[in-house]
Amino acid sequence: MSIIKLTDRIKVMERKPMTLMERLYFPAILKGMGITIRHFFTKKATIQYPEEKRPMSEVFRGLHVLKRDDHGAERCTACGLCALACPAEAITMTAAERNPEEKHLYREEKYAAVYEINMLRCIFCGLCEEACPKAAIFLQNDKMALASYDREDFIFGKDRLVEPFLNSKS
Amino acid sequence: MGMSIVVFKIIYIAIIFGLSLFIAMYSTYAERKVAAFLQDRLGPNRAGPFGILQPLADGLKLFFKEEFIPAKSDKMLFLMGPGFFMITALMTSAVIPFGSEITLDGVSYSLQGTDLNVGLLYIFGVVSLGVYGILIGGWASNNKFSLLGAIRAASQNISYELAMGLSIIALVMMSSSLSLKSIVDQQAGWHWNVFYQPLGFIIFIICAFAETNRAPFDLPECETELVGGYHTEFSSMKLGFYLFAEYINMFISSAILATLYFGGYHFPWVSDMDSGWLKTLMEAVVLFGKIFFFIFLFMWIRWTLPRFRFDQLMNLGWKVLIPLAIVNILLTGLFILLK
Ligand code: SF4
Ligand code: SF4
Repeated sequence: MSIIKLTDRIKVMERKPMTLMERLYFPAILKGMGITIRHFFTKKATIQYPEEKRPMSEVFRGLHVLKRDDHGAERCTACGLCALACPAEAITMTAAERNPEEKHLYREEKYAAVYEINMLRCIFCGLCEEACPKAAIFLQNDKMALASYDREDFIFGKDRLVEPFLNSKS
Repeated sequence: MGMSIVVFKIIYIAIIFGLSLFIAMYSTYAERKVAAFLQDRLGPNRAGPFGILQPLADGLKLFFKEEFIPAKSDKMLFLMGPGFFMITALMTSAVIPFGSEITLDGVSYSLQGTDLNVGLLYIFGVVSLGVYGILIGGWASNNKFSLLGAIRAASQNISYELAMGLSIIALVMMSSSLSLKSIVDQQAGWHWNVFYQPLGFIIFIICAFAETNRAPFDLPECETELVGGYHTEFSSMKLGFYLFAEYINMFISSAILATLYFGGYHFPWVSDMDSGWLKTLMEAVVLFGKIFFFIFLFMWIRWTLPRFRFDQLMNLGWKVLIPLAIVNILLTGLFILLK
């Protein structure tokens, strides 16, 4: 029977009886010990986790953040495009109209009174980030979504999504 | 003088006893460290600096684990098993010379529990008793798997004991003594037995691996085919005893290897020193250096070689090592005859 070859990379297995050298085993054992002792002295790959953290990839998509603008006002205008883009339907929001005295808090007239992401549904695809016309939502590459024991804890509201005031000028 | 000897021996035995336990304890730590290093990891390093408190943590954990005794087991024997294994492991150290002698108040004491003139036979006797600890434990568990594991352990130990005994016969033929002390003293300088008995040494060390149930011969324990082997039903510190006794065995085996084949406490320059405290100290250092090397070798091999299949193990023992040992005896005899 002829062998049908799909590639020319076939390796034919050799089944020769072992030579005396091989049957003695000792050379092989010593060789193996040589390999392991070399590893004894190599640099270890371990990262001491809590003290030492490995930087995430640039394109890692982790926990969401709702950004503020240069003056510390929330960028999100509750347009709902992110919710629409979300394939997992993880985002829900309620829009509200801004009062004149809240001008420093929200950038546009309309803002998200409630903005929730259900982290149990979210698949961290990043489509919300792409859909947002206001550059308001981002998936950080250095933060993981946190673990928790209760389902309720996985619904992240504005209190956990909006970035804290850092360099507010107003 | 009689009384002071007794006092000295009691203190000495207590020290050796404690030392064996201490070394066994830190062997568990060393094992984890060596394993980690050979696998490009760091190993335990959280408990204390470099993780040196890890053995304490491990021991504490074992103490706090639930104590479980199977309802249909033979309680007496079940409790005796681990203890028996432990006792036999510790008993062998009595005849190992850890140094030549020290002089206190003009009386010199030998650094050996007792210089039996049949020390070698004593070791073999005690070591072969060790398998009872395993058998009793496996039997008393009233568990098929434990029993099978215990039988496996017993057959393995008995098979390798034969080859071990035969390899020793050649050694005894050369040194014409069964006392460990005189075997050691014959090796002063570079006259280590390993140079005269290389084949015997290889057979002996292979058998030592098998007797201490270390990889590649760690068949008595077997997660895949027999659940946990002979100690399946043992929990808490009873399991701890079994595991711990294996480390004591490893320490004692290393000591015996160093004593029989590597000149014991002798080292060319050390033997030439004037006798006194310093010499005794150096002798102990030399011996322990050799012992630690062998302990490391045990671990090194464990983390290098995969384990045998049971039939391969039996083949090696009966069809390779025993004939080889007999050939070794014949060769030694020929050598002595022609000399
Ligand atoms: S990352 Fe994807 S799944 Fe998660 S909220 Fe954004 S769009 Fe929805
Ligand atoms: S985050 Fe962006 S896309 Fe989503 S509602 Fe706000 S402004 Fe619109």
